[in-house]
Amino acid sequence: MSGSSFGFFGTDPWWMVILKAVAIFGMLVVLTLFTIWWERRVVSRMQNRIGPNRVGPAGLLQSLMDGFKLAFKEEIIPKSAHVAVYWIAPVISATAAFLAFAVIPFGPTVSIFGVETPLQLTDFPVSVLYVLAIASVGVYGLVLAGWSSGSTYPLLGGLRSTAQVISYEIAMGLSFVAVFLFAGSMSTSEIIAKQQPIWFAVILLPSFLIYVTSMVGETNRAPFDLPEAEGELVGGFHTEYSSLKFAMFFLAEYINMVTVSALAATLFLGGWLAPWPISLWDSANVGWWPILWWLLKVQLFIFMFIWLRATLPRLRYDQFMKFGWKVLIPASLGWIFIVATARVFRDDFAFTNQQLLITGAVVIALLLVGSWLLQIRSDRMQATVEAELEQALSVPFDAMAGGHPVPPMPGQVLAYTPRRVLAAQSVAGQVIAPALDSAPTEETPYA
Amino acid sequence: MSIDGELVVFIICGGLSVVGALGMVLSRKAVHSALFIAMVMINLAILYIANSAPFLGMVQIIVYTGAVMMLFLFVLMVVGVDSSDSLIETIRGQRLFGILFGVALAILLIGGIGSAITGKADIGLIAANDEFGGNVEGIADLIFSDYLFAFQATAALLITAGLGAVILTHREAWRPKATQKELSVARFMVGAGHPGNKPNPGVYARHNAVNTPAILPDGSLALDSVPEPVRSRDDSLIIDHRVVSTVVELVESEDQN
Repeated sequence: MSGSSFGFFGTDPWWMVILKAVAIFGMLVVLTLFTIWWERRVVSRMQNRIGPNRVGPAGLLQSLMDGFKLAFKEEIIPKSAHVAVYWIAPVISATAAFLAFAVIPFGPTVSIFGVETPLQLTDFPVSVLYVLAIASVGVYGLVLAGWSSGSTYPLLGGLRSTAQVISYEIAMGLSFVAVFLFAGSMSTSEIIAKQQPIWFAVILLPSFLIYVTSMVGETNRAPFDLPEAEGELVGGFHTEYSSLKFAMFFLAEYINMVTVSALAATLFLGGWLAPWPISLWDSANVGWWPILWWLLKVQLFIFMFIWLRATLPRLRYDQFMKFGWKVLIPASLGWIFIVATARVFRDDFAFTNQQLLITGAVVIALLLVGSWLLQIRSDRMQATVEAELEQALSVPFDAMAGGHPVPPMPGQVLAYTPRRVLAAQSVAGQVIAPALDSAPTEETPYA
Repeated sequence: MSIDGELVVFIICGGLSVVGALGMVLSRKAVHSALFIAMVMINLAILYIANSAPFLGMVQIIVYTGAVMMLFLFVLMVVGVDSSDSLIETIRGQRLFGILFGVALAILLIGGIGSAITGKADIGLIAANDEFGGNVEGIADLIFSDYLFAFQATAALLITAGLGAVILTHREAWRPKATQKELSVARFMVGAGHPGNKPNPGVYARHNAVNTPAILPDGSLALDSVPEPVRSRDDSLIIDHRVVSTVVELVESEDQN
């Protein structure tokens, strides 16, 4: 691999790689315990409760104790489970969750035991794609858990998560495109370096909003937690899991939350770069301080996750899919189109920002006028179609009109032949008047 | 040949790929086959990355493992967990053609790789990448210059296939779908029955077993709360003796209906 443009990456001594990997592992586990506690406390506050406050200071050790308890619980494996796949599913889920963090930058280059090294396990030219790839492997855990449990609700949960993740990963991938265009790179450390004067969340706001929406869908969190919708599917894909295997799914869910939050911070909020008032301080972006800014940004997103869970009801499944495919994906495509066009005009035709804005305004005005004209036209067509339909329904339905028999459309009623009247009478035991002249009924045999 | 990292990666991933490929062909369950092929894909992706083609490796995982295999799994799961696979070959001469195509592919691969190895000097992917300033830049440069037409043609083909699938499976809506509001209005219309959830068995009763009818606010029993299969065997109902008279009346009135 050409490591030339990646400075320190790939030059760490072996013990440094192990040290960083263990540190990231430990941090993720601790962050998971903390996030669970924080979520329970915040949700409690939002519901006028106190939340866990018994174990440790302010209840901080509650999730640790819960973890112990979960590990010592009896494990029940359903008889109908496909054992090999049932075993491997939580492993895939948890492993993938940890792997994605390898390319997340926590800070700039620091000195650890006399070795200059970046605060990031590794980086390579396509590391954002790596996160996407790992996320798509992680979904196998959920899908296989649903399939292998040999039970109905988990299967439905698994199916939902497949459809959900495929749909929302498209929107997520598309929201990255504008960032790649502006950063000129797909490596996390370079993307952060390119946000030095201004964050991408500001100049690429639509991409940021689309990413934030799709990351909630991607992590199966409320209001998009359809794969484990308690009210409909008991527990979704993990209904049949207990003890440590369930704990692994739990762990994976919270790590995934941290991962997508960290990715959001990296791509849109400048990663470990200090936010504005602090960035005036000269040494804000050197040494170990940036870890703190990074952590604050990640916690901001996690707080948003918790807030969403506490306030929003779960979406209906069809509305959720419709939102993904008919709103998020077209919006992303349109936005990428605009960004790419603007960049070509700026770079190749030397447009100034002012000229770009004027051109944009003219284009938007033209589009508005065009859509207004189209709306008028489609209203007219709609009226014609409705009039035709009414015309067609006003005459009795003749099944043999086209030369061969066809079934009636909704709203059309078959003429009652003497034989049908007799048949109906013998079934219902009452006389049915021939319905030729009556208004069309709602009932059709094909509805 | 010295043992370097690449060789180790090749032995591990190559070996796992072969195991996965064999498993894919030999496993009896369709889902297991799908999993094995996902394993092959991931191992191939690792080999690509080890060979200085990180973009290809990542796209391989995202597109093939993440989307294509996932759709396969989706279909297999829709078909059902326990549906046994039909072992009857529906395509005539399937084995013969399979062997023929297999041999043809082997000849093609041997010829292609052989001429590639012997014909030209091997400059390696690192040198090839450096020519454009990186792997991603190199692929972008080639796709949008020499291979632009092939790229666009593939895209057009895929779009056509997608549109075709949509049109073939399209069914015209005969009447507008009822909105949530309309459904709600219909639920509350006179004669539509109980608008909300019915009480569960055991609500306000002395037991919460599934065969204990809930007690309504007026003290009568909600026999509806007991599932039909249990209710039809009325000897199994647990009856709260406070309201036993009401039950008898209700059961009798049900019998009359």
